Amino acid sequence: MKRTIFGNQGLPWLLLAPQLAVTLVFFLWPAGQAVRQSFLREDAFGLKTSFIGLENYAALFRDPQYLNSMQVTAVFSLAVAALSLGLALLLALALDRMLGSARIYTTLLVWPYAVAPVVAGIMWWFIFNPTIGIMPHMLRALGYDWNHGLDGSDAMVLVVIAASWKQISYNFLFFVAGLQAIPASLREAAAIDGAGPVRRFLTITLPLLSPTTFFLLVVNITYTLFDTFPVIHATTEGGPAQATNILVYKVFNDGFLGLNLGSSAAQSVILMAIVIALTVIQFRWIERRVEY
Amino acid sequence: MLRTMTVSSLALMTSLSAAEARTELHWWHAMGGELGTKLEEIVAGYNASQEEFTVIPSFKGTYPETMTAAIAAFRAHEQPAIVQVFEVGTGTMMAAKGAIYPVYQLMADMGEPFDPSAFLPAVVGYYTDTEGNMLSMPFNSSTPILYYNKDVFEKAGLDRDTPPQTWADVEAFGQKIMESGAAPCGFTTGWISWVQLENLSAWHNQPIGTLENGFGGLETELTVNGPVQVRHWENLKKWQDSGLFQYGGPGGGNDAPPKFYAQDCAIYMNSSASRAGVVANAKDFEVGYGMLPYYDDVEGAPQNSIIGGATLWVLQGRDEAEYKGVADFFSYLSSPEVQADWHQFSGYLPITQAAWDLSKEQGFYDANPGADVSIRQMTLNPPTENSKGLRFGNYVQIRTIIDEEFQALLSGGKDAQTALDDVVSRGNALLREFEAANR
Repeated sequence: MKRTIFGNQGLPWLLLAPQLAVTLVFFLWPAGQAVRQSFLREDAFGLKTSFIGLENYAALFRDPQYLNSMQVTAVFSLAVAALSLGLALLLALALDRMLGSARIYTTLLVWPYAVAPVVAGIMWWFIFNPTIGIMPHMLRALGYDWNHGLDGSDAMVLVVIAASWKQISYNFLFFVAGLQAIPASLREAAAIDGAGPVRRFLTITLPLLSPTTFFLLVVNITYTLFDTFPVIHATTEGGPAQATNILVYKVFNDGFLGLNLGSSAAQSVILMAIVIALTVIQFRWIERRVEY
Repeated sequence: MLRTMTVSSLALMTSLSAAEARTELHWWHAMGGELGTKLEEIVAGYNASQEEFTVIPSFKGTYPETMTAAIAAFRAHEQPAIVQVFEVGTGTMMAAKGAIYPVYQLMADMGEPFDPSAFLPAVVGYYTDTEGNMLSMPFNSSTPILYYNKDVFEKAGLDRDTPPQTWADVEAFGQKIMESGAAPCGFTTGWISWVQLENLSAWHNQPIGTLENGFGGLETELTVNGPVQVRHWENLKKWQDSGLFQYGGPGGGNDAPPKFYAQDCAIYMNSSASRAGVVANAKDFEVGYGMLPYYDDVEGAPQNSIIGGATLWVLQGRDEAEYKGVADFFSYLSSPEVQADWHQFSGYLPITQAAWDLSKEQGFYDANPGADVSIRQMTLNPPTENSKGLRFGNYVQIRTIIDEEFQALLSGGKDAQTALDDVVSRGNALLREFEAANR
């Protein structure tokens, strides 16, 4: 292969400079601030600051509420990722078999993605509101007393549905594109060999979809860890009794409402570490099993 | 032509210099909707009443949002001169010694005549330090009272003019209301933390925390797991199970008012400042007013209720000229006419004796029966160290803890004793943290 070699060492840096500047200002600098703040104890007004080392971190891991928040986040992330990926794949498969009306369905299914998370949250809050919502009304008719204001599992179901609903559109779009990239001849050949639809799906479609699935898994986990903040804020505000208080919401709650900046900074550093670790794991271990 | 130009430019110059001569000062507040409009009206009245200062009010969202916005602005040296802070933030503000300009000191420094004894002790006590100095300017203070549906009471065979006085009454009336089918629920309430724990404690003369409910120092500890509080929370759980009580949600309890307006619940406890909303929404029934219920076998009950709402804090770091304006504006705000007008419009308490007297003189309480329940309840007895208010750091978070533990109680996860014990232990951890950060 012929390699192009640039004589000027400055040019690549110059071309990279805008991107590097953006990363520096909007990512590295704030992240550095968070790390610094996480070693400090400070009153709300910033009048008295003292260095306390790792005390903020130690306090977090002694705090049962924080450990609970970790657990809640794990349940929430897995449930949202599983539900939105699973449903999106089902819808995409159904659409793949359609001929005439596929375009209309695609358009309709993509719409929810255009809805802002906070609007989606408020909408689901209305639908499931125990006093005025339609769902609790219907569930009551079926003999189930829905009350996400008091029942932690109800609240978790609500935020999982609200957070997944939006993400399904996004996942769906990628699955449709992924499915279209699979040559029809492969599936036809398998069909001629006598493989049923389930077998064709498991041995041909799924492996060939794995790059898409892998990509979506990474995106979805990041989405559930960070972007679901507005959904929680608009529906349960982390309640009842912290049953839906995911890590990113707790960062906001303790930092912006509780004004405990040291602890909040320590939490965001931990959250950052979790996301970095998850991404590394996904790329090192799962990507190996992906067939491009 | 030339002359007219000269004259008009001269006029322009004088008007400009007149505008420049006015010192501008900013007031960040959390009054939305009708209250916000009324507040702007008051400010416009002040700006028109004198030539020297212009107060510029800015709406900054909810109480916590306004407070955190002001604190963030202080850190960035962009703070307003005046910020409205809710009573829960009092402990945090008081501890920030270098950030706040105590009102008593401001008034003295600026040579503004100021008489702290003109204010109602039950109101200012909350915002006064242990040496008796007023640290912030009361503006909108309220206290929880009881509202009830007179028509439902009559339908249930109760006297329409007798509100329940004790918790035993609430239970008996509620049962009668439910059995007769007059309404599906006995009572609901806003603010579990403020009404059914803090005020419950003060109303029964029970301590909320050690060291005079935190007035005595940062080493204070919560004591809300006493027998009266436990008994009350046990009852609330029992009544919720039987349907007599319906939970209105955490914080202010957003689901509570609709339950009362829709005549689902016959009795409703909430801030006296909810009165305007109640009157506006109770279209199909007549509303009665009463004091908070009490347990008549508890010695010292009823004592007096404590306030909520917000006060105006002055922040350090502005020009002297602005502080002169602040002092002048505060005098205007606490004048009887302005106070009486604000009180009558909003349902907030009149903060001075003069404003209360003026409202009486104007015949406001005769024309609006029930509007003085709040003030009578506040001043029922001289406040004790258990009932003059509370002062805890990190209290915004502790309020949340109270809501969480109450939810755990209602959902059956904990009994009342455990829930309140956990309020105390979790709250104390936050108090120790606050102590460490402000030592």
